Amino acid sequence: MTTTSRDALMSFEDAIATFDPVMGLEVHVELNTHTKMFCGCPTAFGAAPNTQVCPVCLGLPGALPVVNEKAVESAIRIGLALGCSIAPWSRFARKNYFYPDMPKDFQTSQYDEPIAFDGALDIVVETDDGPQSITVGIERAHMEEDTGKISHLGGATGRIHGADYSLIDYNRAGVPLIEIVTKPIEVVPALAPAVARAYVTELRELIVALGVSDAHMHQGSMRVDANLSLKPRGRSEFGTRTETKNVNSIRSVERAVRFEIQRQAAVLSSGGTIVQETRHFHENDGSTTSGRVKEEAEDYRYFPEPDLTPVAPDEAWVEALRATLPESPLLKRARIRQEWGLSEHDMQSLINAGALDLVEQTVALGSDPADARKWWTGEIARISNERGLDVAVLPITPADVNRIIVLTSEGALNDKLARQVIEGVLAGEGGPDEVVASRGLAVVSDDGALMEAIDDALAAQPDIADKIRDGKVQAAGAIVGAVMKATSGKADAARVRELILERVTGV
Amino acid sequence: MPALHRDDIAHLARLSRLQLTDAERDHYGEQLEVILAAVARVAEVAADDVPPTTHAVPVVNVTRPDVVVPCLPRGDVLSGAPAAEDDRFRVPRILDEEEQ
Repeated sequence: MTTTSRDALMSFEDAIATFDPVMGLEVHVELNTHTKMFCGCPTAFGAAPNTQVCPVCLGLPGALPVVNEKAVESAIRIGLALGCSIAPWSRFARKNYFYPDMPKDFQTSQYDEPIAFDGALDIVVETDDGPQSITVGIERAHMEEDTGKISHLGGATGRIHGADYSLIDYNRAGVPLIEIVTKPIEVVPALAPAVARAYVTELRELIVALGVSDAHMHQGSMRVDANLSLKPRGRSEFGTRTETKNVNSIRSVERAVRFEIQRQAAVLSSGGTIVQETRHFHENDGSTTSGRVKEEAEDYRYFPEPDLTPVAPDEAWVEALRATLPESPLLKRARIRQEWGLSEHDMQSLINAGALDLVEQTVALGSDPADARKWWTGEIARISNERGLDVAVLPITPADVNRIIVLTSEGALNDKLARQVIEGVLAGEGGPDEVVASRGLAVVSDDGALMEAIDDALAAQPDIADKIRDGKVQAAGAIVGAVMKATSGKADAARVRELILERVTGV
Repeated sequence: MPALHRDDIAHLARLSRLQLTDAERDHYGEQLEVILAAVARVAEVAADDVPPTTHAVPVVNVTRPDVVVPCLPRGDVLSGAPAAEDDRFRVPRILDEEEQ
């Protein structure tokens, strides 16, 4: 068994100096509908094996599939968001193949009549010369169903090769999938791997914004197959392509494309030919190894599915769905960046922190963007890193953060106390006001109490008052520090400074 | 309609993972010829003004709401399996063709 490719590789620089890569990306998105594509079985992830199946998804004789209306709706919304035309009339087809992951012995898919076709997705790629906009053409988006999950057992490892037998859980069989296929992508050769990554990243953002899938690549609810071929510089006809599967993270997409460019370039340069085949990506070393020889489309013996009626969405429905589309993530980022006056770098760290939507929601509640950004990408992001969790899943809401910002700007909290409030909210002690009350965190705003602490501090360090009178105002810092300590950090430092100067200079 | 070549039969047999002797190939080839001829006769009837259809009745958009209904009990599910292990269907190792 091979886990690692033994293929010769050409350096990436040499490969792109000689060949033009052509990519085609196929992304499968598992929809988050409650039920399967053609039956009412639930789709929940992680259920006990074979507990979410029925005669339809088991392919038992006489079972009659019926299309999930919500899945069609999601398919149309994805198509519209990708700028596709929506087919006024489209059908399902049977894709016949011999493999036990589908108990019916065929997968219900769409072939020559996809629900959505001919669109485009704009992406931004980071290059050495700064960000560059690229439009990726979308060939089609079609509806189909997921397959069952096969575990290969008895071999040396859990992988396909060397297995003695296989066990199958059909819970996933029939879960709605949308397959989104790009047109051939031909870009500046050096950018190809980054373009593949940027496309998948942008598509994922769009899917999440649409709310049609959780699009978790590590859980398989979004999967990428990367087709790649090379043509010698100056030639126009495409070379033979390979299809790399098992690409389970956004970073892997980039690595897989890069590896195939290097491998195919080495084969072609030494006079060899590329075999049209499926290749498996290996996460450990970023290589791909040969899988099965790809069947020709005609070998799938596609034919229209006689058990399902055509899907013919009327224009009114399509337009109603168009009205539900969210702002495109790309445009939204550009708009927010401009509105908030952020640098490219600040914007990127906001996105990297996974906090863009949260900050936006906090701002919508009235907070200043700078304040909202400060808390979400500062203290809260720090805690999320510590806990290894996404900011979005921490138990603190934009409303909580907005309230903390209000309390801070009113002078009821200072930054140190605000951090303790965040800690309390995250610990489940209630909303900000409850945490302030229960932990006694309010800023000491009683001037009398502050003045008492100031007098104590001045008495303890008698030379400070003289220094201040001599014009060394910064000497007051020592007294501010002493007062903050005496009040357990619950004083407003600016107010304390004012009071010190008042007391010492008598102004 | 061109006659089926023996290679076509062999190819179809491979797609269906059927191992056929030469005699069986000829036998099924003859049967397939008959089926194809029957389909060809139907095709003769289809005039240009008759659109192709996969349904007897022109109906579209038969859908169901996205509402969960009860599944089969697992005992029933696996009762039809030739073999089962760990609550899953057990099948022979599959991937000879993937190791080509």
